[in-house]
Amino acid sequence: MTAVLTWLVEPLQQEFMVRALLVSTLVSCVCGLLSCYMTLKGWALMGDAVSHAVMPGVVIAYALNLPFAVGAFVFGVGSVALIGYIKQMTRIKEDTVIGLVFTGFFALGLTLISKVRSNIDLSHILFGNVLGISSSDILQTVVISLLVLTVLVVLRKDLLLFCFDPTHARSIGLHTGVLHYLLLSMLSLAAVAGLQTVGIILVVAMLVTPGATAYLLTDRFDRMVWLSILSAVISSVAGIYWSYWMDASTAGCIVLVQTLLFLLCFLLAPRHGLLAQRRRSPRASRFPSA
Amino acid sequence: MPSRQPHLCGNERISVRHLCVEYHGVVAVHDASLHLNAGTICALVGMNGAGKSTLFKALMGFVRPSAGTIAVNGLPLDQARRARAVAYVPQTESVDWNFPVNVHEVVMMGRYGAMNLLRIPRPVDREAVKEALDRVELWHLRDRQIGALSGGQRKRAFLARALAQGASVMLLDEPFNGVDIRTEKLMIELFEQFRREGRTLMISTHDLSHVTSFCDQVVLINKTVLAYGETSSVFTSENLALTFGGLRLEASPTATIDPDPRQAP
Repeated sequence: MTAVLTWLVEPLQQEFMVRALLVSTLVSCVCGLLSCYMTLKGWALMGDAVSHAVMPGVVIAYALNLPFAVGAFVFGVGSVALIGYIKQMTRIKEDTVIGLVFTGFFALGLTLISKVRSNIDLSHILFGNVLGISSSDILQTVVISLLVLTVLVVLRKDLLLFCFDPTHARSIGLHTGVLHYLLLSMLSLAAVAGLQTVGIILVVAMLVTPGATAYLLTDRFDRMVWLSILSAVISSVAGIYWSYWMDASTAGCIVLVQTLLFLLCFLLAPRHGLLAQRRRSPRASRFPSA
Repeated sequence: MPSRQPHLCGNERISVRHLCVEYHGVVAVHDASLHLNAGTICALVGMNGAGKSTLFKALMGFVRPSAGTIAVNGLPLDQARRARAVAYVPQTESVDWNFPVNVHEVVMMGRYGAMNLLRIPRPVDREAVKEALDRVELWHLRDRQIGALSGGQRKRAFLARALAQGASVMLLDEPFNGVDIRTEKLMIELFEQFRREGRTLMISTHDLSHVTSFCDQVVLINKTVLAYGETSSVFTSENLALTFGGLRLEASPTATIDPDPRQAP
């Protein structure tokens, strides 16, 4: 008992651990909520693209002494607009355009970071640095998170309808174009917030895995949101503790816990899990194509 | 209750005059005109690519006509849309049936346009949803996830959404695709009720037997409106031959055409 208590309490005596836990809990709430929409809309690849595309924005913002969120937001939304434009103007398929644009932006970011003189550490951008997060970065993350949460909560039903049936949404007079870009803008902002915690490479996990995990557990959207947020927060807190005691990469530990939670649900989810499916129709699951 | 009744405004529901729609310079519909009155069931008949979807999109305001005008209930389309006068009932293939919403929530989506920004249902919205679900006999299944319904129940859920919306014009895209004979009968009964209430239904269909069995009017389309009017006078073998590019079809009550003769084996 005392050992468990020590295990839990000792890290909290370090200020950087308390900060890291608070920031990543907040970021998990934002990403957990957003990931429901990403999962249902099928925008995982878009999340990956936006999170990589913000890199040059972050570098330029640091070099110009601007808040990094501003640069990241400009490049995140810019990449989305460019993807839409190229897709519309050519016959290239969307996933190809996404792959093309985000690698281009990411390459620009890498080149810039090697040429522009600044005190940014590449590994912090790529893999996150939640244990060493500065006060100004915390402030930015809080502002971004509150903004995204407010938008997603106020427009949650419109966004849900937009994901489910955009034709009907449009026919009753909702501006689906606005909703589309608004959701992508929120994605850019959430990617920036998530970047603080797990870095560019793994932020897509924050934007996809909690939603996918929750989707296996329920057929109700409201419950899906709460389960998604819960799994994101549990993963962040457990991941940070784990990384503290194992002295391992924080981003790696957080995402690993998320993946483990997903696997657990994949196996054991009451209705959509593998075991439940096998119990229902043992033959069908053994021969999925039959 | 005004919100649940069709918006009555004169007798003319749909008025399309000299409509032209182009996509990137390619003409999809050219100089199409038609007028439909309240309390009409109208079949929209044409080959694939003849402009049926384009006409639906134009009636919902999704494509901007390059020429011509559309009025619904005597109002310009923008105003009619804001009044939620037009409901679209999608083909079942285009819906994600795994989506985590239940039947009640789907039907409530028909009311969103009338609610405040947070879309919090008022008593009047709940009442409209209940009434709509009662009419399509799905109230007892309201808590089911939408994909847990049978094919016919799914169709009825979307009809209920159009009802809850209070639409006076309903556009139905291939409503009989993949439904059994019992569901089809139930749906036709509902359509006839809607007609008695003064709603106007436009039904795109590949099954010509429906046209003669319950549609008062028919619109034949092949890049333009070739003919429209009373089924008895418009639905002739000559007109059908024009519509299907020279393919001779008898306008018999049992005739069914292949959706796309060009791709027929």
